[in-house]
Amino acid sequence: MTAEIEAAVIGILARQALLPEAAVPPDARMEEIGLDSLGMAEALFALEERFDISIPFNANAPDAAQFDMTSVQSVVQAVERLIAQKAA
Amino acid sequence: MRRVVITGAGTVNALARDVAGTVAAFRAGACGIGRLDVRDVERLSVRVGAAVANWPPEDLFDPAVAPLYDRFTQFAVAAGREAMRDAGLEGALGPRAGCIMGSAAGGIGTWEDSYRAVFADGRNRVSPLVVPRLMHNAAASHLSMLHGLQGPVFTVASACASSNHAMGLAMQLIRGGAADVIVTGGSEAMLCFGGIKAWEGLRVLSPDACRPFSADRTGMVMGEGAAVLVFEAEDHARARGAKVLAEVAGFGMTSDAGDIVAPSVDGAARAMRAALEDAGMAVGDVGYVNAHGTGTAANDRTETAALRQVFGDRVPPVSSTKAMHGHAIGATGAIEVIACLMALNEAVLPPTIGYRQPDPDCAIDVVANVARPAQVEAVLSNAFAFGGLNAVLALRRCE
Repeated sequence: MTAEIEAAVIGILARQALLPEAAVPPDARMEEIGLDSLGMAEALFALEERFDISIPFNANAPDAAQFDMTSVQSVVQAVERLIAQKAA
Repeated sequence: MRRVVITGAGTVNALARDVAGTVAAFRAGACGIGRLDVRDVERLSVRVGAAVANWPPEDLFDPAVAPLYDRFTQFAVAAGREAMRDAGLEGALGPRAGCIMGSAAGGIGTWEDSYRAVFADGRNRVSPLVVPRLMHNAAASHLSMLHGLQGPVFTVASACASSNHAMGLAMQLIRGGAADVIVTGGSEAMLCFGGIKAWEGLRVLSPDACRPFSADRTGMVMGEGAAVLVFEAEDHARARGAKVLAEVAGFGMTSDAGDIVAPSVDGAARAMRAALEDAGMAVGDVGYVNAHGTGTAANDRTETAALRQVFGDRVPPVSSTKAMHGHAIGATGAIEVIACLMALNEAVLPPTIGYRQPDPDCAIDVVANVARPAQVEAVLSNAFAFGGLNAVLALRRCE
């Protein structure tokens, strides 16, 4: 499951950033990917649609969010957690 | 060049259904934001807004025309009625009078109801009044019919700057001689399921409160309503002995030509400077700025930086009244003119309520939480829209 989520996260972030997937390694930090705020909103929407989850993220309080977007890894873990919550 | 003055004002918003009630709410620092009661609210993740309460259209409008009024037209007609009465203008005003309104979403409630009927409910026909209800110019056209405004009449759409653009154009048309009187302002009724759902996607809405310039802010809160102002050539107003509320002294508009949603310091600063120059005002003349102040991190920091660029280390008191009446999108600039008129004529600055924690990126005097007595001769009112469109009005006190 983790591998599948990781691949999806990388695919979605790369598509939004107009980068080849190879340019978005699993250990990439979000600022290295270079998404602007609208690109980020679109990426979150794509993740929500892909996994049928609801991501709590408010652009005005990114640090306070329950959804850690600092890196590809942190997004993968957060998506995993939301999927598990949905199943529970 | 003719000077332009404001001779009448009317409004409907979450704080009150008239100017007197709205001004009383501004003085008291009242908050019009509350839990929303719209259809399918349980399917929304954001459930707060500044809605107009106690609004029974069937009691407020002539039953012969009421079916033609979307909610955004209802607000405009009610505010227009109050503004014309305030201006002492009765009957048909004729070809030298016009109406320019702003609205971002026009009759969005009518779109929504009709789509529900055909898509969700599987119906095969909608009311024949759908098109005349939903068109963006419906509010301006109904105002023209009610008050006999036979000159320039149209609606401006520039998202959150719509009503400032409308009022700026109204001023310029009167200055240029195309009309003597223009009924102007903005109207918006986007607090419906689809309107809120669309904004949710941008992740800029607050789940609870609007706290402009406060370090703990969590975003903007949508509002709704209308404000209508009567703009009039000064000579025309004086000749009929009209009461003058303020001079519309200047208008500046710029485009960022940059990003579709992210604001720009330069575009905002250029618009403020253009308004000052147009008004023949020095920065030291301005005693109050009604901020765009949406309560989003992006706006508040950018607007503060732009204010610093224009005013240097002498930024006048700045407040965002959106924490009280919500962000009424295309109507917000017109509602904020009511706050500016209070500052000019009643020597009270409206507060930024909900302010709890200084933000080092917004280190300006925001008239935190409590209205403040202050003698003010001139004010600016900012509006910075998605699409990078900036529109700033400069108003001056009249004796």
